[in-house]
Amino acid sequence: MLGLIVNPVAGVGGPAGLAGSDGDAVQRRATERGATPRAADRALAALAVVADARPGASVLTAAGPMGEDVVRRAGLDPIVVSRPVTPTSPADTVAAARALADAGASLVLFTGGDGTARDIATALATDVPALGIPAGVKMYSPVFAVSPRAAGGLAAAWLAADGRGLPVHEREVLDVDEEALRRARVEPRLFGVLAVPTRPGRTQARKAATPAGEQAAVAGAARGAASAMRPGVRYLLGPGGTMTEVARELGISKTPLGVDVVLDGRVVQAGASEADLLEQLAAGPAKAMVSVIGGQGFLLGRGNQQLSARVIRALGDDPVMVVAPEQKLIDLGGRPLLVDTGDAEVDVGLAGYVRVITGSATTSIYPVHAPEHEGEGHAP
Amino acid sequence: MSLPIAPKPGIRRFHQARWDEPLVFELSTPGERGVAVPPVERDVRTEVGDVVGALPDGLRRATPPALPELGQMRVLKHYLRLSQETLGADLNVDVGQGTCTMKYAPKVNERLVSTPDLTAMHPLQDADDAQGVLEIVWRTERMLAEISGMDEVSLHTQGGSAAIWANIAMIRAYHEANGEGDVRREVITTIFSHPSNAAAAKAAGYDVITLHPDADGYPDLAALRLALSPRTAAIMVTNPEDTGIYNPAIREWVDAAHAVGALASYDQANANGILGITRARDAGFDVCHFNLHKTFGTPHGCGGPGAGANAVSAALAPFLPGPRVVRDRDRFVVEEAGPASIGSVAPFHGVIPNIVRAYAWLMALGAPGLRAVAETAVLNNNYLMKKVLEIPGASAPYAVGRRRIEQVRYSWQELHEETGITSEEIGVRASDFGMHYWTSHHPYVVPQPFTLEPTESYSMAELDEYAAVLAEVAREAREEPETVRTAPHRQTVHHTHHDDLDDPDRWAITWRAYRRKYFGGTAA
Repeated sequence: MLGLIVNPVAGVGGPAGLAGSDGDAVQRRATERGATPRAADRALAALAVVADARPGASVLTAAGPMGEDVVRRAGLDPIVVSRPVTPTSPADTVAAARALADAGASLVLFTGGDGTARDIATALATDVPALGIPAGVKMYSPVFAVSPRAAGGLAAAWLAADGRGLPVHEREVLDVDEEALRRARVEPRLFGVLAVPTRPGRTQARKAATPAGEQAAVAGAARGAASAMRPGVRYLLGPGGTMTEVARELGISKTPLGVDVVLDGRVVQAGASEADLLEQLAAGPAKAMVSVIGGQGFLLGRGNQQLSARVIRALGDDPVMVVAPEQKLIDLGGRPLLVDTGDAEVDVGLAGYVRVITGSATTSIYPVHAPEHEGEGHAP
Repeated sequence: MSLPIAPKPGIRRFHQARWDEPLVFELSTPGERGVAVPPVERDVRTEVGDVVGALPDGLRRATPPALPELGQMRVLKHYLRLSQETLGADLNVDVGQGTCTMKYAPKVNERLVSTPDLTAMHPLQDADDAQGVLEIVWRTERMLAEISGMDEVSLHTQGGSAAIWANIAMIRAYHEANGEGDVRREVITTIFSHPSNAAAAKAAGYDVITLHPDADGYPDLAALRLALSPRTAAIMVTNPEDTGIYNPAIREWVDAAHAVGALASYDQANANGILGITRARDAGFDVCHFNLHKTFGTPHGCGGPGAGANAVSAALAPFLPGPRVVRDRDRFVVEEAGPASIGSVAPFHGVIPNIVRAYAWLMALGAPGLRAVAETAVLNNNYLMKKVLEIPGASAPYAVGRRRIEQVRYSWQELHEETGITSEEIGVRASDFGMHYWTSHHPYVVPQPFTLEPTESYSMAELDEYAAVLAEVAREAREEPETVRTAPHRQTVHHTHHDDLDDPDRWAITWRAYRRKYFGGTAA
């Protein structure tokens, strides 16, 4: 059965120019500026697609504005498993998501932005698949469908196939500290992962001998990275699923959200801070190894702030090894990879092109931009 | 006043036959026979002896094969029914087959290849008895040399990925012969070149570097220059790319490759948009290949047998596959592969019936006709592009606003965001109108892709009809999406289970595998 959570205040701060909607004070200010919540309408657009496919279907949800109301408006049958007190808070989202999982939801649709995704990840991790109906201001996390109706289409396909037939993949949940963002400093951090159903080009593999699933593609990229590692070099493995796969390939464990230092196939420091990394660099040759974080194409400056400008500078020439399955580059839709370490010289030095390890014996050449410093250097 | 004949609706009320025909194995009734094989005459038996008894044990089955047992008429009905449940190129407006290039394969050529003069030939027949067909092979090779600008051609390959494999095998042999085999370990391709180029290079042991398009959607020359080095063995590119975009700097690409000592290989399996207009050698390429079924009017034949051609510069000629047909004054002889040749890449002389069809196609058209093919194909494509881009929700990403050569990779992304309907669902619904539309777009770069290629074969009326069907399905996606989502409604079968095809425990391409995987045991 489908589960639905609506964050009723998601996106309220966007039109009001408040760079997010986290916190009571911001939500009040947004309302004062005349903003109206749009999350319910976005959820309704998604549910309308589900209702077309499954008229009168039951949906597990939370009471009132957190789901029940909109399920009813869509002509579907709400089964309320969580009763938050209004006004709602992030804790209510976490509690509601857990209640949906306990009640047996096979897919949790949630309406909101990165903040909501973070609460859902806290509750579900990868235990129950989840999919975002985009309605927030910040959406750095690639856990959202491209539109509410596309989310509804995926949910309908999920129900039709009973969860079979739609592959589920781990996607990073990033969020920024909105207070920092309002001070014009974008520093999203990686908060966890969700299991997200995806609609692959299901027919694309028909002509191919071996269908390459995403997990196989990530494993291939990790194999390529592992075989490119040299003895005596310290590798600073950044956060994210691809780096975890590199660690698996090397037979070591990895802190999923942290930067780990690996030398000759052994972890010499796990969960390193910027200061730790600088200390490690002093001990011998080193190289950062990163993947593409989130859906925006960032290599540095999003979710891996430990790999700071000072660290990159200390790594010398050719400081970064980039590892990502080809599809991750393709999903950028022609947009360049991005670096934003906060240091113009470092960023401009990295801009141009980068060779991305996409598999064993395969690489791609892909453009890199430093969006904060366009025009300051040799950007392509 | 009513017309004597009721007018046809604007869009065809197509309905596919649906016979619910069982598999031929399920039709088997023990004891039924299609043919009563006559007993061997006594004189023959006396002369030949016990043929079966003379077979070595290793060739003999322990149990007879479990062939289906059916009467003749039931067999006929079975296959006629199946034939009604297809949408082949000879039935529908077959412009939606991805990059497959479904042009008309003239039926008269079937008559040519079914003459006893050809069908009775044996590949080991003495060359003196096969002068006619050897001449056809030789003359076809010379025409393809003229079309590509290359010096030498081999028709040995079966085309497609096999032809690309022959390209990289020749490139590898060339570098090895020059003592650079160990140094030149990288092959560069583009993301919109046919992916078999990357695959063949990788299978040949090379590291593959893929380039993404530049900001304008064209192949990225700056990225190429960065990727090229003394380690580069070759660039392997398709042009026009699978998007239909022609690389305007192709000469610079080839020159840049040559400047570092690399070779340049051109995938022009589909040369439909450039016949008689550009030539691979004129752009400096060292190697190229054609698919006879994409460009030279031979049937696709449900996956085979395919035939193709590898064409090379004089420097690469010693590496061509063999044996080869050569002219010795007024005679044609078969020469075994030379010492530098990559050797045999197909049995005997390649797929002779397809070579004969291609020869007939080329001779029927002549040089002006070939150019007319390209011009018509490009005109058809750009006409269809205009019609398709008038449909709200359709777009042609990369090099936006620019024309395409012989095909276009479009996107339904806007329609998808608006309606949740996918390109695959649109394709399935299009079959309800008798139109084939296949989302074969590896790798999946353009979101919600569809690739249309009208070739030179279709009339304006047919292209109008195809565009009208797409417009109708796009309208349905907005106004009655469930009709699209639950399609097909007028087809032989409903949805198929794709995931079965991705799961080794469930895929079954033989009756025996089907019995074993779904019913257990070791059923025959």
